[in-house]
Amino acid sequence: MFDIQTQLFEGRDIRFGPIDHEKDPQVESKWTHDSDFMRLYDIEPARPLSPAMVKKKYEKLEKEIEESKNLFYFAIRAREDDRLIGKAIISRIEWSNGNGWIELGIGSADDRRKGYGAQALQMLLRFAFAELNLYRVTARVQEYNQAAIALLKKFGFSEEVRRRQALERDDRRWDLLVFGLLKDEWVKQPQA
Amino acid sequence: MRDLFRGELVRLTAEDPETRAKIEVHWQRDSEYRRFLDTEPAMVVSEKWLKDWFEKRNEEGYGPNRYVFSIRTLAEERLIGFFSLWVDLVHSEAWVGIGIGERAFWGKGYGTDAMRLCLRYAFTELNVQRVSLGLMDYNPRALRSYEKAGFRLEGRTRGDVQRAGKRHDSLWMGILREEWLAMQNGEKV
Repeated sequence: MFDIQTQLFEGRDIRFGPIDHEKDPQVESKWTHDSDFMRLYDIEPARPLSPAMVKKKYEKLEKEIEESKNLFYFAIRAREDDRLIGKAIISRIEWSNGNGWIELGIGSADDRRKGYGAQALQMLLRFAFAELNLYRVTARVQEYNQAAIALLKKFGFSEEVRRRQALERDDRRWDLLVFGLLKDEWVKQPQA
Repeated sequence: MRDLFRGELVRLTAEDPETRAKIEVHWQRDSEYRRFLDTEPAMVVSEKWLKDWFEKRNEEGYGPNRYVFSIRTLAEERLIGFFSLWVDLVHSEAWVGIGIGERAFWGKGYGTDAMRLCLRYAFTELNVQRVSLGLMDYNPRALRSYEKAGFRLEGRTRGDVQRAGKRHDSLWMGILREEWLAMQNGEKV
């Protein structure tokens, strides 16, 4: 478990930090030019963004964070050199219901398969349950995103909904899966 | 060709923000109705606020991905509810939200009749591949109605709604184009 001294934003190899409006747009712009990443991360059509467009997006995002009070955004950075490697988000929080949606992306292919995603998910869940005190979190994943499904299952998520053929890519239709994890289930895990 | 806007019990009409706001003020006083509509805390808002909101939504609604209808009785043209469709044009999926605000018309087939028109509109006019919706487990009347209209239960998100001190599940349903076509019994669509 954890206590009040537990550092919420520090992991073994990574840390959660704020957006760097000067340096990050360049990096995230690169990710958006990788259609493989974009198709795993989102169901919106993949679309390359210039650094200037990403910068605008960050400004909009910070405004939304301030106004909506139901969105938390973390830049994931490598501890060794502080470079941006991904993002971790809790959004659409319904405070009266104690529910929120989580999103996680490791942007560059070089940074995948190194356990950064698992560390980020562990920190994100700790934040959701031990700081925001949510009752449960929800994650949406395309049926073709095997790595994400394996990671969610490893952390005890259950497949709760299978939205049949809700997605069209490469001339065929795919299911969209919804996974859920309750705080009660999470506290029993060794990762917690 | 079939009249898309006329069912057995109801007809679909354009939504007039002023009329809708006037009646919504009465409907929202019914907190049970409010709790069926969504998972937000039930709340009452002014007629002016509602009118402005419906006006703004209708302006956006003339775009290609938002469709809003008023549900009226065939017999008396009485305004009893609404539905709206939000279309994901890229993945060819429509989400529907439906509400019958007049309690006197609950459990009598009006909602189901409106949903049948809604599905016909989505599959034969908007030409989507799939229609989706969500509801809460404390609304079994809606579940039966949606099943009658052809929706299948695709799962439940456990305990994501808290009402009156208890945890409830959201239920998620969908109907595919070929399932809807098969239900038409070879009738011309």
